[in-house]
Amino acid sequence: MSEPPVLELRGLRKRYAVGTPGEVEVLHGIDLRLGRHEFAALIGPSGSGKSTLLNLIGLLDTPCAGELCLLGEPTRALDDGRRTSLRGRSIGFVFQFHHLLPAFTALENVLLPAMARGRRPTMVQRQEALALLEAVGLGPLADRKPYELSGGQQQRVAIVRALAGRPDLVLADEPTGNLDTQAADAVFALLRRLHQERGFALLVVTHDPRLAGRCDRIVELVDGRIRSDASR
Amino acid sequence: MLWFEWTLATRLLREGRAQSLLIVTGIAVGVAVIVFLTALIGGLQAQIIERTLGTQSHIRIRAPDEVARPLRAGTGQHLLSRVDQRAQRLRSVDQWQSLVAALAGFAEVTAVSPLASGPALARRGSASRSVALMGIEPAQYTRIVPVPRHLVAGRWQVAGNDIAIGAQLAAELGAVVGDRIRLDAGTGRADVFTITGIFELGTRELDARFVYLALRPAQALLDLPGGVSSIDLRVRDYLQAEAVARRIAARLGVTAESWMTINRNILDALAAQTLSSNLIRVFVALAAAFGIASVLAVSVVQRGREIGILRAVGTQRAQVLRIFLLQGAIVGLIGAALGSLIGGALLLGWDALGLARSGRGAFELQVTPALFLAAAALATVVGMLAAVVPARRAARLDPVEALRNV
Repeated sequence: MSEPPVLELRGLRKRYAVGTPGEVEVLHGIDLRLGRHEFAALIGPSGSGKSTLLNLIGLLDTPCAGELCLLGEPTRALDDGRRTSLRGRSIGFVFQFHHLLPAFTALENVLLPAMARGRRPTMVQRQEALALLEAVGLGPLADRKPYELSGGQQQRVAIVRALAGRPDLVLADEPTGNLDTQAADAVFALLRRLHQERGFALLVVTHDPRLAGRCDRIVELVDGRIRSDASR
Repeated sequence: MLWFEWTLATRLLREGRAQSLLIVTGIAVGVAVIVFLTALIGGLQAQIIERTLGTQSHIRIRAPDEVARPLRAGTGQHLLSRVDQRAQRLRSVDQWQSLVAALAGFAEVTAVSPLASGPALARRGSASRSVALMGIEPAQYTRIVPVPRHLVAGRWQVAGNDIAIGAQLAAELGAVVGDRIRLDAGTGRADVFTITGIFELGTRELDARFVYLALRPAQALLDLPGGVSSIDLRVRDYLQAEAVARRIAARLGVTAESWMTINRNILDALAAQTLSSNLIRVFVALAAAFGIASVLAVSVVQRGREIGILRAVGTQRAQVLRIFLLQGAIVGLIGAALGSLIGGALLLGWDALGLARSGRGAFELQVTPALFLAAAALATVVGMLAAVVPARRAARLDPVEALRNV
């Protein structure tokens, strides 16, 4: 029996109201399945709907039509509270701009998803977060605030935060877009290594064909439709 | 409980130190004004009430007024008449001894004292003054009006032909303790009394007119053999005096007047003063609330991205709401603590400078722990209420929009 997909999109549509009258449809019925250990890139020109699709998959936004199943659970009819819980439990985000909370240390930023569940992080959670920071070479900087870290270090903290809750799906929106080539390669290599070690599904949005070429699967989105979907 | 919200709220406040300091200062000033004003006005009002009640009873039972009863016209007859009001002569309260016993039976009544009072003329040598005779049973009466506390000369001995008179009257008659004066009640009865004490109640009118003497000689002078003109009462809660007076009048069928009826103008003035000080409190609280709300509203806009991150990692809308409400409550509480300290210092300074004790208007500032607790509770609630609108806005923030605005 084959393993169920982490993510399954069926005829996903998204429209935005743009003034009166009129709506613009930016996604025209997207069908997509992502398996548990896949490392996929989502590419496409600006305005093709990549970020919109990522927001829908990340349960930050709701589709106008179609269904989005996460770990086999249909999500379209879920209320905001249950969507938020599911997001916190199952999805990790890596943004282009690291998006760390400036008032918290690197370690606290990593523990943020655990804290959002309303409880003080356990010793086990702290040790695991520290081990992850050690693994990405940031152990000695765990108590530093984001402004005391370089851009590459901040992005590594953001990656560790995305993985700390052991999510089933990690969404990365241009994770290297704000870094120089060397730092970008290092961050990408880190994502690759952690993916192999921890076995989550990863969907990375990128403009960089060099980076996309290093992914196992490339999904190309053009004008709100999937033009190609190729595995290597 | 609320550990996450508390951690976030305190961190965000600490991070935005300048803004937090600004709100806290605003609240502290407001609370200091409220604390100072409340203690000051409370003290003033307490002094006014104490002065009023320090020289009179809470309730006075007196004989009912005499009314004219004109003839009624019979059937088919017309009667032209002009009815003059009757002059009120001094009369005794009917069956006052049994009334005293009945009044003592009321749970709210703490002291009962019969009184034979009426006008008289005091003479010493060529000087004469119109006075008010106050025939009392000293042991009972001093439980209602503590005259001995106001003695400025001599001792409190009101018995037989020993009397106590007001300081102003003593000065006008040129009398000192041990001197004898003649009291003439205008009923053909007069007697000579020895001044054993001189008191100063603090009200010029009373100090110029009051003469305390024993009940029996007063009854003789006023031609009230065995009678009393009124019965004075003290009740447990002076603010309930009016209600108690009504109950007594209804149950015993007597004329009972509370100090609140007799001093209606004072009560009206106190009510107006309370209203104006409450208005000041409300406006100060409103100003603080708008300050908190505006600073927090700016903070929500500035922290949009952070709110977006929090939502992305699984923070519920209700948690975001509570984070901002807590921020309001925390600045309210800290502002209240600081404001209480400033208000306390102002009160200490006021007291040390003797501003509350200058001249004859001495009064105690009403500083109680309850005042500070109430100010803290008020500031915390105002802080939370002021944070409601910004907090709701933060909770409703669309995470996609928030994350997009880098």
